[in-house]
Amino acid sequence: MHPAKSVIFFTTASGAGYGMMIVLAFLASLGVLPREAGFGFATFGLAFALIVSGLLSSTLHLGRPERAWRALSQWRSSWLSREGLAAVIAFVPLGLFAISWSFNLITSSAAVALGTAGAALSLVTVYCTAMIYASLRPVPAWFNGWTVAGYLVIGPMNGAVILAFLLDASDVDQAAAITRLLALVLLMIGLGVKLAYWRNIHASAPVSTAGSATGLGHLGRVEMTGSPHDNDNYLLREMGFRIARKHADKLRRITVWSGFIIPMLAMVDGLVFPFEPLTLPFTVIGLVACQVGVATERWLFFAEAKHAVTLYYGEQAV
Amino acid sequence: MTSLPETTGKKLGLVVDLDICVGCHACAVNCKEWNAGAKSAPLTDYDPYGKKPDGVWFNRVHTYETTDDAGRGQTVHFPRSCLHCEDAPCVTVCPTGASYKREEDGIVLVNEDICIGCKLCSWACPYGAREYDENQGVMKKCTLCVDKIYNENLPEESRVPACVSTCPAGARSFGDLGDPDSEVSRLVAARGGYDLMPEQLTKPVNKYLPPRPRQDGREGAKAPRMLDHVDGTTDGAGLIARWVDKILS
Repeated sequence: MHPAKSVIFFTTASGAGYGMMIVLAFLASLGVLPREAGFGFATFGLAFALIVSGLLSSTLHLGRPERAWRALSQWRSSWLSREGLAAVIAFVPLGLFAISWSFNLITSSAAVALGTAGAALSLVTVYCTAMIYASLRPVPAWFNGWTVAGYLVIGPMNGAVILAFLLDASDVDQAAAITRLLALVLLMIGLGVKLAYWRNIHASAPVSTAGSATGLGHLGRVEMTGSPHDNDNYLLREMGFRIARKHADKLRRITVWSGFIIPMLAMVDGLVFPFEPLTLPFTVIGLVACQVGVATERWLFFAEAKHAVTLYYGEQAV
Repeated sequence: MTSLPETTGKKLGLVVDLDICVGCHACAVNCKEWNAGAKSAPLTDYDPYGKKPDGVWFNRVHTYETTDDAGRGQTVHFPRSCLHCEDAPCVTVCPTGASYKREEDGIVLVNEDICIGCKLCSWACPYGAREYDENQGVMKKCTLCVDKIYNENLPEESRVPACVSTCPAGARSFGDLGDPDSEVSRLVAARGGYDLMPEQLTKPVNKYLPPRPRQDGREGAKAPRMLDHVDGTTDGAGLIARWVDKILS
């Protein structure tokens, strides 16, 4: 599948934004999140900026962005529609939570209730995003539970890593420690899920073959000797992307080290030596590495996935 | 609404006979010709007269070669277009309701006035039936010539999809595949018509008829007699020719 930059940015950025919101609501419920306007502006502000810029990027890649509102109508059947609707609804409790918490407008317990509702809706939104891909039978790499697990873990994981930095930089020590621990756990789960996702791609038996696509399998091996067109067409550009598979092993190593292991080391360092002068720079390195790794992971998620239509163009099995 | 209808009155579709298709691409060309002026018009081309012509087509003809274990090969020409599936995944993924399946005849269409061009339907289709129009920013697909098959201004025999009316070999048939007594259904039953990628659970309406088994000599069929350069019979040959024939044979 063609890895469109807008979709990679959308899923990673809004995933991280929703992840930050979930962790913020969790910290608020523990009573360790400062109720202060400047701090709220930095943390909630960044989370909203990530969510909104991601959603905007996803609408800008449409052929007709001015009609994007129509996408909210078919929630009965379409995961894309459900995602849009969940995203819009989630803004209400998330916005109220952010404002009421930061500006001390209501009691903590009332604000935490809003935060919990917002966190739940954030998870629902990320789940819907994952299901857009996990419900596509022609792409067997996506059509399984590991896709959903990956999205549900990596968003909050990245959110926790970003927040660990913000809390450390703001000297909110207790919340920073809790967030680091949470990030470490999520990084470990995320790495496990991703490794399982890759193992699943290799272990699964092919779903469709050139033989079943043409119905000529009973005649032996099926090979295309004449393409309908000399140049690329829409189908090959959108669904016949092949470059990544050549470098898959290297890119997976980059994902594992940059997305998971380096941030893990940074989180451990922060937990063991919370007040050392080098801890903050290490946290920044972990944060930057995590962004590179997660973007590589998402790029691979698209680029490695084979679509059934390629069976008509020379692929033997998907 | 992008939910699928429970049942459709008819199941209009195509039957493609791979035994007859000669791979001339006439169906693809006439499809382009009709649809460039019909419901989905324009059927945009990019760089049509340049080095890399490209554009929106609803019908694509591939050529495959099969090789069995004994090394025997067979060439099969394979037209590929929308199969108007009963469980069309391209319809249910549509977030706007632009993609729909008609209750009366089962034709799968796109309402281009509300399509947002998210391309998800083309990802959901295993058959590559949908092609995105980059100039108009909307998705397009085979309409089964909905503006031709019901067109009362056309003579009765012309009310079939453009690919069917143009096929010079008679490899394509059109009809109601939901009616077991229709001509197309009987053809499918007689020739063992099949679904493409049944494992994708889309329940295609269109059917393909397999190439007939090859005659390889073992079934008693003989290769056609070849002409000898010097025939065994000498009827009608001149005296010198007969004399030469006698000496040389």
